Amino acid sequence: MTNFQFEIQLTAAVVAATCALPGTFLVLRQMAMMSDAISHAILPGIVVAFFLTGNLSSPLLIVGGAATGILTVALVETIRSTQLVREDAAIGLVFPALFSIGVILIAQFASDVHLDVDAVLLGELAFVPFDRLVVGGADLGPQGLYSTGAVGLLSAAFIALFYKELKLATFDAALCATLGFMPAVLHYALMGLVSVTAVVAFDAVGSILVIALIVGPPAAAHLLTDRLDRMIGISVVLGILAAVAGYWVAHALDASIAGSMAVVIGLEFGCAFAFAPHRGLVASWRRRKQQRWEFAQKMLAIHLFQHEGRPEAVRECRVDHLQDHLQWESTFAGRLILLSVAQGIMQQKGDYLHLTDAGRELAREAIVA
Amino acid sequence: MDLISALFSDYTLRTVALGTALLGLVSGALGSFAVLRRQSLIGDAISHAALPGIGLAFLITGSKFPLILMVGAALTGWMATAAVMTITTNSRIKYDSALGLALSVFFGLGLVILTFIQKLPNAQQAGLDAFLFGQAASLIVRDVETMAGLGCLVLLMVLLLWKEFKLLAFDPEFARTLFLPVKVLDLVLTTLLVIAIVIGLQTVGVVLMSAMIVAPAAAARQWTNRLGIMVLLSMSIGAVAGVSGALMSTGALSLPTGPTIVLCATLIVVISMMVAPARGLVWRKLRRWARHRQLRQEAVLLDLFAMASQHEDLFHPHNEAVIAIMHSRQASVRKPLRALAERGWVISDSLAMWSLTQGGVEECQRLMREMSA
Repeated sequence: MTNFQFEIQLTAAVVAATCALPGTFLVLRQMAMMSDAISHAILPGIVVAFFLTGNLSSPLLIVGGAATGILTVALVETIRSTQLVREDAAIGLVFPALFSIGVILIAQFASDVHLDVDAVLLGELAFVPFDRLVVGGADLGPQGLYSTGAVGLLSAAFIALFYKELKLATFDAALCATLGFMPAVLHYALMGLVSVTAVVAFDAVGSILVIALIVGPPAAAHLLTDRLDRMIGISVVLGILAAVAGYWVAHALDASIAGSMAVVIGLEFGCAFAFAPHRGLVASWRRRKQQRWEFAQKMLAIHLFQHEGRPEAVRECRVDHLQDHLQWESTFAGRLILLSVAQGIMQQKGDYLHLTDAGRELAREAIVA
Repeated sequence: MDLISALFSDYTLRTVALGTALLGLVSGALGSFAVLRRQSLIGDAISHAALPGIGLAFLITGSKFPLILMVGAALTGWMATAAVMTITTNSRIKYDSALGLALSVFFGLGLVILTFIQKLPNAQQAGLDAFLFGQAASLIVRDVETMAGLGCLVLLMVLLLWKEFKLLAFDPEFARTLFLPVKVLDLVLTTLLVIAIVIGLQTVGVVLMSAMIVAPAAAARQWTNRLGIMVLLSMSIGAVAGVSGALMSTGALSLPTGPTIVLCATLIVVISMMVAPARGLVWRKLRRWARHRQLRQEAVLLDLFAMASQHEDLFHPHNEAVIAIMHSRQASVRKPLRALAERGWVISDSLAMWSLTQGGVEECQRLMREMSA
């Protein structure tokens, strides 16, 4: 691995971790699509700031982008509050309009400089190491690494400082407001953070794949844990994993790095969706299946318990009677009896079934419950 | 004016205008249902998810024939909506996260495929990246024919299933109680939306196509409460935005097509939200002012009545300053007094003393009866 490759992966990992931090709260607050809106809408802010400074790595670009991000949130809120359209339509109206303004500004005034729309939309991680941060003649590494790193630290500091408040605002906004923590202020602070993150990340991964990094790892983590602190940790780890794996996939296919990262995130989510310990498809399928067996076993135990020692027991407690009475297929009934005998709930003597003491207890509990 | 005359004489321009009009018509119709069903952003997911389909279709067939690319786009776009549904029904992940995830992951896959194609030795991929932002100027008759065919099919389906879709949009629970196959209808409507989006991709591009679903419908919604009129209006608005945007972008200004069309549509939305009768914000503001003015006038009139009741003569005159003190708020009472005088309820003498008239007394009594009722 060359130094060049290492720098790309390091930058990608830092971008991914930086995106996952505010992303966790967006996913939990059901505002994931705001990342879509913000990442598109920052374009005109970046373009105007670029016209003012003539420099793509000026910090003013971050200010401009963040300002348009906040403007987007405010506009969506304003339109929604008129009650003329619903929130989803408000989002769908605001960001394409702002993005279009940005694209037209670029096409009209900046077509001959290094700021084309493809770069904004798609980003190019492979170019990140070319833009060096040089202080006093010393080469400190790629500039993008430092800008995203700084924003990442800012996010981490914000979340660490206001962890309790964010948690409260996320899970119980009404309580948060009554306790005087001003959820609206926290909301705008979070949105500001998302905007700044989107601005520093667009250079590397482009404005659309930022969404994958912001939404994907937290969504996967949401399936893996019920604790907020762990969810943040898992999101960061998944993001970094996707960054490194995505780089090597892109390397193998000679394709877009950012695109590959998004695909890996999709795979990560797919794995969590299918195999998460408690909430995955497989886990819930197995739980359902096990519940089916347990329910059938209880049914059988109750059936035997009701008829035990009575005259009709001769008829009711026969193995072949189960097919008629409980409408079970013989294979299912056979497997259930084998299982129950093995678990010591009943005994089979010839064609007849007898409950053990444990089986009677099970039936009694089931009836009482 | 040059542009409009060119529209009828210039062959290329006519093709482009026809294509964008078609796109506006179809996306306007299907967008109405998406907006009413609170699925405005599904268009965003579908259009982004079309990118890998376009790439794959080209990779597999090596053809850039519009119908083939559109089939590819529709397939992956449709898969994205299926993924969103599967995720939301089978896990705790909410609709918004599922949408964002599907949108960005499919787009990422598309990017991988497109960059992969670009680096193939014999690739003639030029034209594929036009799908990102759209290129109305690249529309040729063959494209427009495909768009027209698909568009007519989509609109015909909407017409045939009009009652069912209407019920689905406003009361899906009721539709279920009528034993309508709600899931199938949902699937059909989503498929039609996918086709509507795919039609517009070449002209507007994957990034901004979602706006063509939301904007015309959101604008049309402001003007009417009837679904039929809303759909027709939305189609017309879509077509107008499409044609005017395309004309501006192919004309002397040479703006990028997709963004220009989107801004035209947005402008129509803003105007509609402002001035549409009944719902328009301008009228709402005016109505609020009028109500406010009337309330202040009534308050001043009742103040005057209360003060006059302290005297033997109900028509006892009072100084404006005294009335102002009685009126609890700081605002001047001159305007309300003048308005009341115009209606003949108060009268002022030469010394700027105001007194009630007979009509004013009657109005006060009416107001008090109303309040106690």
